Amino acid sequence: MKILVAVKRVIDYNVQIRVKEDGTGVVTDNVKMSTNPPDDNAIEEAVKIKEAGNATEVVAVTVGEEKAQETVRKALAVGADRGIHVKVDGILEPLAVSKILQKIVDKEKPDLVFMGKQAIDDDCNQTGQMLSALLNWPQATFASKIDVKDNKLEVTREIDEGLETIEINVPAIVTCDLRLNEPRYASLPNIMKAKKKPIEEIAASDLGVDVSPRLEQLKVEEPPKRKAGIKVANVAELVQKLKNEAKVI
Amino acid sequence: MSRESMEYDVVIIGGGPSGLSTAIKLKQLDTNLNVCLLEKASEIGAHILSGNVFETRALDELLPNWRELNSPIKTKVTKEKFLFLGKSKSLSWPTWLLPAVQQNHKNYIISLANLCRWLAEQAESLGVEIFPGFPASEILYNEDGSVKGVATQDMGIDKDGNKKDSFEPGIELLGKVTVFAEGCRGHLGKQLIEKFELNKGKDPQQYGIGFKEIWQIEDKNHEEGLVMHTAGWPLDNNTYGGSFMYHAENKQVFLGYVIGLDYKNPHLSPYDEFQRFKTHPAIKKIIEGGKRISYGARALIEGGFQSLPKMFMPGALLVGCDAGTLNMPKIKGSHTAMKSGIIAAETINEHLKENKDLSIYENKFKNSWLYKELFEARNVKPSFSWGLILGIIFTGIDQILFRGKLPFTLKHKHADHETLKPANQMPKIDYPKYDNVITFDKTSSVYLTGTNHADNQPVHLKLKDPDLPINYTLEKFDEPAQRYCPAGVYEVQKENDVNKFVINSQNCIHCKTCDIKEPSQNITWVTPEGSGGPRYGNM
Repeated sequence: MKILVAVKRVIDYNVQIRVKEDGTGVVTDNVKMSTNPPDDNAIEEAVKIKEAGNATEVVAVTVGEEKAQETVRKALAVGADRGIHVKVDGILEPLAVSKILQKIVDKEKPDLVFMGKQAIDDDCNQTGQMLSALLNWPQATFASKIDVKDNKLEVTREIDEGLETIEINVPAIVTCDLRLNEPRYASLPNIMKAKKKPIEEIAASDLGVDVSPRLEQLKVEEPPKRKAGIKVANVAELVQKLKNEAKVI
Repeated sequence: MSRESMEYDVVIIGGGPSGLSTAIKLKQLDTNLNVCLLEKASEIGAHILSGNVFETRALDELLPNWRELNSPIKTKVTKEKFLFLGKSKSLSWPTWLLPAVQQNHKNYIISLANLCRWLAEQAESLGVEIFPGFPASEILYNEDGSVKGVATQDMGIDKDGNKKDSFEPGIELLGKVTVFAEGCRGHLGKQLIEKFELNKGKDPQQYGIGFKEIWQIEDKNHEEGLVMHTAGWPLDNNTYGGSFMYHAENKQVFLGYVIGLDYKNPHLSPYDEFQRFKTHPAIKKIIEGGKRISYGARALIEGGFQSLPKMFMPGALLVGCDAGTLNMPKIKGSHTAMKSGIIAAETINEHLKENKDLSIYENKFKNSWLYKELFEARNVKPSFSWGLILGIIFTGIDQILFRGKLPFTLKHKHADHETLKPANQMPKIDYPKYDNVITFDKTSSVYLTGTNHADNQPVHLKLKDPDLPINYTLEKFDEPAQRYCPAGVYEVQKENDVNKFVINSQNCIHCKTCDIKEPSQNITWVTPEGSGGPRYGNM
């Protein structure tokens, strides 16, 4: 079995996001970038499945600018076998990424495609689902447990009501939740070895995919500041204020 | 337990200006040398914080073509001001009356973090292997006692010391020479100075704590290239410190405050002095209507020449402020750190090629402009132990009339942890409330640093005696850790009427002030798990 794992480069989750003065986006210059956290879970799970003898190859793929390759390099350092970097500059929407991944699936013919459930920058939560539709493959989203059973997967999903366990046929798309596993650290010797693993570079234009945005971005602005709260003396005052000032009851 | 090991010609600890300069110079001297550099931050630059007005002298020597290499050195200093602040008044000091070392017209306003990122690119293009996210936590020695290399921190240990599923053992990096470039109060450098008695016969090292905020200000208040320093209010005559305000590119100002850690009043809160300073009319009018976008703090070296330890030992060298090469009256340490790295690289190359002893580092150092600079600057900081006014008068005589050539050397008498007076003998200080416009609390400040340490790891701020803070330090000094820590790591909390000393180590911004100022030297800063700590942008 061969597993393709999609990874995305995003602003590190610890960084406080700052909106650009001119409202065209957020500041990314000299800001620490990292792999999208649930993508780390996706890589970890793929590597674990391979280590358990249930997969033969793990291929990491990213779509993005020149520096996005760091994300693939990190995936190689924690156990992926080789990488693919589809180069695109500028804004990328989930549909464009799904279409590119579809082309990569046609080329690589994996049995499974893993990725994070959503990216922490745009929070779209669409790429996996769109890829599933484009390929007409079954999907298991928000996976917190994956069991490989012959040509099937038993996947536990994190849903609003609790946990749902489903069985799907391979080939399939799985989007991974943060609870799926604890990603390992890249060790120094493995980082060294990863430098020698191959990364294939593909220009998006060579795949014949139209990546132009379908949405027009009007303005990016900070959410309004929360106003300071007030202390009330008793329940009666609270009810009165909720009724007359906040007008919520 | 056996660890994996990797061998290099030279192992460098720390990716600041001194370590990166050492690496670059080594590869320039001999491209075949195997050089690796470890950095504890998640990326190069993320733990770098500095003013910074940059003198290019060392960079001109290291990379003479830096202007063609798209370096982040862009904003030339165009104008200078020096203000003495009273409580609400300010007096402008004519710049022609400033000592030459404090004149900046040939210098640049830069972000040192960005300079380091750029230096790292230069180093990598020369073949240096840079490993961010890997703190060196332990020094390794050969049987003959010489330094053999370092071991990196184990990853994936829980707070009780057990291995988690993700456990990844540290590895040994062995170098023919190991270069320690950790910056001020490096935790390994500290051990080496003690073990090899490198500070024997020297004055105790002196430190300061420096704060920095970046503000995006209104166009009408911004004057790109303006460098302004202040002395005086809010500090009293007996506390050493002052401010800087540098108008950088993109309508940003770098605003900061430095306070000598030899202050005596345990009630003093360096953080609150800085916040209060911003409310002075001369400062407030510049940042009003602007927005604070970054915050950080870091200890710095102030001891200079008298406190500079021996910088070589068997198998290893100290560079930059791991030894203490900052030039205090110049308020600059980047060019001196870089120069010490260049000299270290030349030393190592001759050591490896011609089998010369590492002690030649000292002679090379003595024959360099770096030594001359530090020597001439030596009497400024100790003179301020007589107070601000006498300090300024003496500095005028020493630096303007005699240009640092007075035939005597003043001493630093005390280490900074010895200077606190008992709390009941010193006045309490009533700091104003934060207004959340110009002044802010520590929590919202730390938030801006992007600081994080992986959950459930051992506390990296070690207490030699866990009961001392409550049993002794609280009573005698009102536990000053609550105030000298710029990140709110230390708290005394009351639980059922019993005082408890709490260490919020996940907030630590790696400034090392606690390791320096704790009156009983009860706190030791050790390396947390890799990538922990702040994620500074253009600091």
